[in-house]
Amino acid sequence: MDVMPKWAEIILVPLISLLLAAILSALVILAIGEDPVAAVKLMVTGALGSTYGWGYTLYYATNFMFTGLAVSIAFHARLFNIGGEGQAMLGGLGVALACLFIPWPHWTLALLGAAVAGGLFGATWAAIPAYLQAKRGSHIVITTIMFNFIAAAVLNYVLVNLLRPAGSMDPATRRFDEVTHLPTLHEILAPFGIEFSKAAPANITLLLAIAACVFLWLLIWRTRLGYEIRSFGNSESAARYAGMPPVRIIMVTMLISGALAGMMATNNVMGEAERLVLNSVEGAGFIGIAVALMGRSHPFGVFLAAILFGFLYQGGAELALWTTIPRELIVVIQALVILFTGALDNMVRMPLERVFLALQTSAKRKEG
Amino acid sequence: MDAYLTLIQLLDSTVRLATPLLLACLAGLYSERAGIFDIGLEGKMLAAAFFSAALAALTGSVWVGLLAGIGASMVLSAIHGVASITFRGNQLISGVAINFLAAGMTVLVAQAWFRQGGRTPSLIGNGRFEPITLPFAEQLRDVPVFGPFYHELLSGHSILVYMAFAAVPLTWWLLYRTRFGLRLRAVGENPAAVDTAGVSVVGLRFAAVAICGVLCGIAGAYLSTALQAGFVKDMAAGRGFIALAALIFAKWRPWHALGATLLFGLFGALETRPDVIEAVIGMKVQSQLLGALPYVMTVIILAGFVGTATPPRAGGEPYVKER
Repeated sequence: MDVMPKWAEIILVPLISLLLAAILSALVILAIGEDPVAAVKLMVTGALGSTYGWGYTLYYATNFMFTGLAVSIAFHARLFNIGGEGQAMLGGLGVALACLFIPWPHWTLALLGAAVAGGLFGATWAAIPAYLQAKRGSHIVITTIMFNFIAAAVLNYVLVNLLRPAGSMDPATRRFDEVTHLPTLHEILAPFGIEFSKAAPANITLLLAIAACVFLWLLIWRTRLGYEIRSFGNSESAARYAGMPPVRIIMVTMLISGALAGMMATNNVMGEAERLVLNSVEGAGFIGIAVALMGRSHPFGVFLAAILFGFLYQGGAELALWTTIPRELIVVIQALVILFTGALDNMVRMPLERVFLALQTSAKRKEG
Repeated sequence: MDAYLTLIQLLDSTVRLATPLLLACLAGLYSERAGIFDIGLEGKMLAAAFFSAALAALTGSVWVGLLAGIGASMVLSAIHGVASITFRGNQLISGVAINFLAAGMTVLVAQAWFRQGGRTPSLIGNGRFEPITLPFAEQLRDVPVFGPFYHELLSGHSILVYMAFAAVPLTWWLLYRTRFGLRLRAVGENPAAVDTAGVSVVGLRFAAVAICGVLCGIAGAYLSTALQAGFVKDMAAGRGFIALAALIFAKWRPWHALGATLLFGLFGALETRPDVIEAVIGMKVQSQLLGALPYVMTVIILAGFVGTATPPRAGGEPYVKER
């Protein structure tokens, strides 16, 4: 079956899919009466033209790395975790509780504690759909969708009734204490003599996200558990025959996935807002799907795709600011990326395979 | 008599809220019975809601709007069909993409056409579906018990509501009493057998996806031209997913779908009337709990603790002809 060389499989196919998505996006911009070239220029300068732009791009990218990794590890076990949004929401609750109720001596410990709390809450939220899939065969896609809605209701209830400071109308917690505030890239880079925008929210959790990428790479390709996850994803019956317990693999994979999604909250809740508000996730859980698909579920691919989506997000915000193109343009681009790299994968692959097959046969004929 | 009137009012809004769920649920029923999972119901409804409101606003005719809504929904259905039938792509991923496509496109086009921050102008006059007064509703109004029931609950809905309820027996008949229905159900259970019998699997699945598009189109049009007077951003508000939940609840059967969507409609109606719940059960219920109830119930059903929900056997898998 392998008619295509590996580089074509991992670089050419996604690249063509991406190109198709880009062309269609340009057509969409044209159709609503705007100039695509000017739009791209504005996006590039807005997202990458200043350290302020970079600060936002990297901030969004940090979110997407966590959720992208969360979707990726589930993909490796052929589980489709649509619940990243809910898991990140609950992760936010964990982070908020840790920051509000534990007297941290220093931000380093607070970050560690908050990451553990966020991860635990996210993992717990993923555990129920995981258990239902593993033990009772309930489709994980449907249960995780339902859990997104339930998470929104839970968070709404907790913020309105339990965590809202007295006298405040806003469904949000009070601000976290000064000691839990994370250093931004401005503060980190200043000692090295690099001037970085003070206003941008990118912070130390970017490094945590990169560490998570490395961790996941090690886990998937360098450990026994990773081998089991990949085997299970490739062929459940073969994994079962080899004595790998499917229930355990599903549970562990989803727990890690939920924990990664939950840890995202260290960036948006602890690093940026410094309090928990409704809808703090802002759809990052869903963008994780696009990021994982584009990155081919490889941690390095996820890293690159997350930065690309960070750029799109920040560039889109700039577009909305300076033109009449609404922010929803990004949602369209995201949809096209998911469509072409995910669902219409074969549309690109089948003709390419034919091309490579023709090349191979003609090469053989020459030899013969 | 006061309690009775309250009950009638509650049931009336139940019917209003259940209608889009019912249409979307039946849409999913056709698609999933034919073996095509569709989590893009939400997106199709949303796209239809926008385009029907937009065209109704531009032309002043709600019927043109309805057609436009159905058209938009069918286009998304076609994308789903091409991705999941022709190119054997992942149906779930395709559905996710369709939801995002609709969420983004509606606001984008709304902004480009109307410049009102992602909404359409308010619909007036012939731009909306008006309530229909059934014969003698006015005369029977003051008859005790039956009068309010007939006048408030049965009469006074838009034509789409009656269409939705009529679609239930029609779907049952089509699925269980016609050759097309038999084949459609078979293709969701065992496509290879249908293929062996010389019937086109691809054709049947595209037909099912097209019917799904039509019904989602009507559901969306109902949202923006009957339930409300115009389109606002994200107006489907998770109804597509509740319809999906209702479909599981109904175990993929038309009459059960009616029951499930009415039940979920009732939850929706109760959400706006906390005083009624308090009067009936004697304690306060959090509105968030009520809102989450359909999802919680679906998870419980899915877990198989209350009856089992077995989806069509070939659902979610592309059919590959053996060579």
